[in-house]
Amino acid sequence: MDGDQVKAWEALCIEEQPPACAAACPLRVDARAMAEKMAAGDFAGAIALYARIVPFPAIIAHICEHPCEGACRRAEAGGAVKLGALERALVEEAYPTIRRVAQRSRKPKSVAIVGAGLAGLTAAADLAMKGHAVTIFEAEARPLERLRHDIHPSVLPPSAIEADLGALTSLGIDIRCRQRVTGGDGLFMLDELVAAHDAVLLAIGPGPAIQFAGTLRQTSAGRLDLDPLTLATSRPAVFGSSLHTGDDETYSAIFSVRDGRRAAVSIDRFLQGASLTASRADDNATGTCLYVNTASHAVVPPVEPSDPIAGYCRAEAMSEAARCFPCHCLECVKACAYLAHYKTYPKRAVREIYNNDSIIMGNRKSNRMIDSCALCGLCETLCPNDLAMGDVCLDARQSMVERGHMPASHHDFALRDMAFSRSDEVAFVRHQPGYDRSAVLFFPGCQLPASAPRQVEAVYRHLCDRIPGGVGFMLDCCGAPAHWSGRKALHEEVLDRLQITWEEQGRPRIVTACSTCLKEIGEFLPAIPVSSLWTELVAIGLPDVATPRPVVGPLAIHDPCTSRHAHEVQAAVRSIAASMGADVRELTGAEKTTCCGYGGLVSFANPEVGNAFVDRRIEESDADYLAYCAMCRDNFARRGKRALHLIDLIFPCDDDPAARPDPGFSGRRDNRLRLSRRMRRDLWGESMSDPVPSVPLIIADAVRADIERKLLLVDDIADIIAEAQRTGRVLKDRASGHLTTSGRIGTVTTWVEYEPTEAGFVIHRAYGHRMQVEVKP
Amino acid sequence: MTDMSGGVPDLICARCDKPLEMRKVEASYLGQTFPVELPCCPSCGFVYISEELAYGRMLKVEQALEDK
Repeated sequence: MDGDQVKAWEALCIEEQPPACAAACPLRVDARAMAEKMAAGDFAGAIALYARIVPFPAIIAHICEHPCEGACRRAEAGGAVKLGALERALVEEAYPTIRRVAQRSRKPKSVAIVGAGLAGLTAAADLAMKGHAVTIFEAEARPLERLRHDIHPSVLPPSAIEADLGALTSLGIDIRCRQRVTGGDGLFMLDELVAAHDAVLLAIGPGPAIQFAGTLRQTSAGRLDLDPLTLATSRPAVFGSSLHTGDDETYSAIFSVRDGRRAAVSIDRFLQGASLTASRADDNATGTCLYVNTASHAVVPPVEPSDPIAGYCRAEAMSEAARCFPCHCLECVKACAYLAHYKTYPKRAVREIYNNDSIIMGNRKSNRMIDSCALCGLCETLCPNDLAMGDVCLDARQSMVERGHMPASHHDFALRDMAFSRSDEVAFVRHQPGYDRSAVLFFPGCQLPASAPRQVEAVYRHLCDRIPGGVGFMLDCCGAPAHWSGRKALHEEVLDRLQITWEEQGRPRIVTACSTCLKEIGEFLPAIPVSSLWTELVAIGLPDVATPRPVVGPLAIHDPCTSRHAHEVQAAVRSIAASMGADVRELTGAEKTTCCGYGGLVSFANPEVGNAFVDRRIEESDADYLAYCAMCRDNFARRGKRALHLIDLIFPCDDDPAARPDPGFSGRRDNRLRLSRRMRRDLWGESMSDPVPSVPLIIADAVRADIERKLLLVDDIADIIAEAQRTGRVLKDRASGHLTTSGRIGTVTTWVEYEPTEAGFVIHRAYGHRMQVEVKP
Repeated sequence: MTDMSGGVPDLICARCDKPLEMRKVEASYLGQTFPVELPCCPSCGFVYISEELAYGRMLKVEQALEDK
């Protein structure tokens, strides 16, 4: 896989972007995670998250301006989550659980901080946590003097200040009050501080700094001239607080804290001899591109505290926290059985797939995950950035095949089925009887002949009736299984043969009954004009039926994933169904249709995920389903959903077509083979007999379903028994009298336990394995 | 050597008319071989694999080798 392409794919998924609250917070407090913990009643966990980022939880909870609330997306569905009130409830409830342990430094550096406001104290706390020895010099009698004067105790209780300051001194920070530091030399002069410490921070708050004029370079406004990114002054080892440089002197507690944190980052880097500028996060940015489908959430108004002065009690806080969605994109994950099964989202999945691809020696643990995507395109349709996991998985599959790392068992059966469809036994192409050219070539695909062979014949006769100039017939495969399984060379081979056959037939327009064939031919053989049987039928008209069979009850229409963007086909299908008198209801609509589990060969590589796709879909409506892809219809039927194919409406062959069972893989092969022989015999007069199994078999329904689930074929079982009868290579169970034999077909050894009776061989069970076992010579 | 069989089943080889016995045999997949002990006909060497083995340990080993 191409690393740059992988990075581009990863960048499209925005699930890891911060939620709006965190993006708006100058400190990037993860209020989403905090609210999730509070909603679950884990207040200790929530305050641990909060206090890891916020150095003074009690103070900040009371006086932060809470820009997070202004950004909260819940505002679009009832009102912003009251994060400020939640923080206060959190402090009230869980403050004593906060644990802070400073790093131990073997050679602690010493830092002098001038000013015990929020910026200076934040820098002090951050640097002390890093293991440095911090001394604070404050001109006033107490730290945080400004907060005590300017903010009413009803807003910021003195107890909050004392609690946070107590926690600070317990980190070992030495706070010296009534010590004014000025520029120049001498006691409490800057030169003395620089000489006695490894770094100095002037956290002197806003306003001119005349006391340092002449010692440090100043701006024309008489403020410290600081590097805007690193907050370094003109003098080495001396830093300043950035608020000091601003013209805007509106006080903001949370910006003061950020200011101190920025300075602390620079000082710590300086003390370690690291770059002050390399890869610093931009803490000015406030937006996020995380997509949130707010419309999908019900409107819920904020919780009002029963005692507005005391604020939320524990239960109220939990209810309010539960109003947090929480903000996530996950639009694709919510709709996709595959991503949901692997509990992942595209960004993480793409990385995992690329890592799997890069393994030289070791276990490639994600092989099955890569082969479990339906390549259905739903994620791309739902994604705000159009990321298609199918593109990623297909690219990975092609790479696996190329390097010889594709597990054989994942696609072996599907490719063998494709080979059978393309074999001389089944595949053929003919002009219409009595014609030596074809204006149109009918290409039913492999699955409709496998599911509804009689209807295919009826369609062909109808096309011959209505279309002048000869309608040829071609039974073959479009190569989708080769494409989906990442077999590029095999896919090319299939396409080449299709192209040659088409040219030999005189380059007719192809009309196909299969949505996948339509998409595959359209995409990979652009020279071939191809259209859908359904648009064709709208154009030429439906067969005249004396008394059309009434359609009972509403039908919920399911579009195949390969018709997701085929708008003309979707419209034709709906128009045909309506003209047949069907009351058609929409499920998700065509654009947001889901896979039936066959797409991308999921059901072969991962039957559990394949079934999850079908089962999710059939839950959506109680009505009978109307499909126009044979695999979709048969998969619904297999999982117990009444479903009919559009062709059942137009060319009825059964009394209750929605009850038509899934033919299963063995039945599909048999249907294809019989149709191929019958048509060649009946329409073209070729001598063809119906296929006869090598021995007569009697298989109970439960055993047949088990054989299907294990991807074994009834024809293979018959061949193995015939061979065993011929050679006598059989084991006999002395208790039951059952016989057991085995045979190797392709890369699978199939075992059969059976019992000969007069009517035929009763099959008790069959199973298979790939490993070969033999007695050592 | 691994015993993957869970014991000798009550089977006889119909062609040789002999009960199966546990023997050392060689299992191989994707170019890797393992010695195992499995029930087989002492005369013609027909090795028996039970369904439990095929979908149990044998499948696990096959999948592990496919992901190597």
